Amino acid sequence: MNKSVFARQLTQKIGYGLLTLLTLLTVLPILYIIGRILLQGAPAALSWEFLFTFPRDGMKAGGIWPAIVGTIYLTLGTALFSVPLGLGAAIYLSEYAPNNRWTRLIRLAIINLAGIPSVVYGLFGLGLFVLFLKLGVSILAGSLTLSIMTLPVIISTAEEALRAVPQAFRVVSISLGATKWQTIRRIVLPQALPGILTGVILGLERAAGETAPILFTAASFFLPRLPGSPLDATMALPYHLFVISTQVPGMPLRIQFGTALVLLVFVLSMNLAATVIRSRARAARQW
Amino acid sequence: MPQQTEQWREMLINWLIKISGYSAIVFVTLIFFFLIRESLPGFSPETFSRLAGSRWYPIEQYYGLAPLIAGSIMVTLGAALVAIPLGLGTAIFIAEIAPRWVREILKPLVEILAGLPSVVLGFLGILSLSPWVRETMNLPTGLTAFSGSLLLGMTSLPTIVSVAEDALDAVPRSYRDASLALGATELQTIFLVTLPAARSGVFTAVMLGLGRAIGETIMVMMVTGNAAMIPNSLFSPVRTMTATIAAEMGEVAKGSEHYHVLFLIGLTLFVISLLVNLTASSVIMRQQKRAERVLS
Repeated sequence: MNKSVFARQLTQKIGYGLLTLLTLLTVLPILYIIGRILLQGAPAALSWEFLFTFPRDGMKAGGIWPAIVGTIYLTLGTALFSVPLGLGAAIYLSEYAPNNRWTRLIRLAIINLAGIPSVVYGLFGLGLFVLFLKLGVSILAGSLTLSIMTLPVIISTAEEALRAVPQAFRVVSISLGATKWQTIRRIVLPQALPGILTGVILGLERAAGETAPILFTAASFFLPRLPGSPLDATMALPYHLFVISTQVPGMPLRIQFGTALVLLVFVLSMNLAATVIRSRARAARQW
Repeated sequence: MPQQTEQWREMLINWLIKISGYSAIVFVTLIFFFLIRESLPGFSPETFSRLAGSRWYPIEQYYGLAPLIAGSIMVTLGAALVAIPLGLGTAIFIAEIAPRWVREILKPLVEILAGLPSVVLGFLGILSLSPWVRETMNLPTGLTAFSGSLLLGMTSLPTIVSVAEDALDAVPRSYRDASLALGATELQTIFLVTLPAARSGVFTAVMLGLGRAIGETIMVMMVTGNAAMIPNSLFSPVRTMTATIAAEMGEVAKGSEHYHVLFLIGLTLFVISLLVNLTASSVIMRQQKRAERVLS
């Protein structure tokens, strides 16, 4: 440790330079990806025909309307199951659960659900929903599969939001004669709403962008018309992008980039919405 | 009697909440159960010996898992080589060095990366990364384990950065102050004091990030070339376990040997993710207990 001051300062400079370089190496590819898709996707995606018509000529012309509709259906379907269940679980963990072995087991299960590979969810959905419950390859089976996958995100963010509500609010409400559920519904939930919403959106964002779980549970290569019921298969943006970038030779770049851009906008606008809700709520919070 | 209906309602709601509380346990169990149900009972004794082979060629009933496992291990290790330095470097930069306004830009950017659908990364991987790899490395194809590792490293970055950054943030200010007061430089403080103090959180970050990498499917399938052979270098095409399921499950007959083997691969992935997450969370829990002891 008898380095001169100068040598130490030099190492410090080099070290900081290296750390900055590593950060740039992380960040620049993100900017590159987004920039490239924006620039090359915009010419295709900014057209009425591309957004609102069906694919033609073996996907090589026309638009991606059925894939957009399919992704919206799947996202809404996922919300339908995962929001009540995830919110219920979060309320249980934050307001009811005793500090015991079972609660720890629930937490462990949530952590594990979060780590299961998406293709394994796909297998599970195939085994349980498509084959065992005989739902077939359908929007319903796909939504159910996706909702189990998004559950851990929703539960953990919603629980955090509920826990952030000060204990005093609950104490006052109960002391005024409200029941536990009345307290939760009228006092705790409204206060935690922005946080819960953020979690829900982030969970659904993941669901909207995933391909592997819907591969064998919901997705269809091409459909000549929009799905008519929850038991129909559907096209979906991520699967469509996968198909047109790997399975169809001679696909025009314009359409590939256009599809990537629409998917990106779909997902990133959800991301943005979550961020805006979170920062607004933080600013407006009175406690 | 409105009073009584009110009570009934409250009881019913309490029950529903409790049931949804336990749903996570139910789902993990169900997933495990279905993966077993669709794999092991369908196996004949011959199947097991086929699994041990070194060739994966389902059409002729070669179900050797070795090439797939080797493929998964290779891209995951490659991803680790990319993601650990970049992820930890970025986490340290954000937590310790960056001024506030830079942090406010970097954190949302990393979140955006977390939200990027992996199929989009795969698409750009095919389009720009793999031609670049082919040309610069002078290879017959750019769809290799190397390209997969680079992109896979990117997908595990957000997890590593955010978990490691939280861990670094949690190190008390006084540790740093003490180190600086003793004459250490800021860099020495980071690497000799802060990072070691946050080591279990950093370890968790790496585990969770790599756990994500093993499970990544679509992107890996798109850029690694899908050749189910035991790879001889990082620059040959490979086929991972996840990609095999995704590529073949669609065309397989339900109840065939091939179908059951694919479910077995899923079961293996499930068990791996279980182990990774149990290890990661046990480290966190031990850490929390120690923190409680120190604080009390």
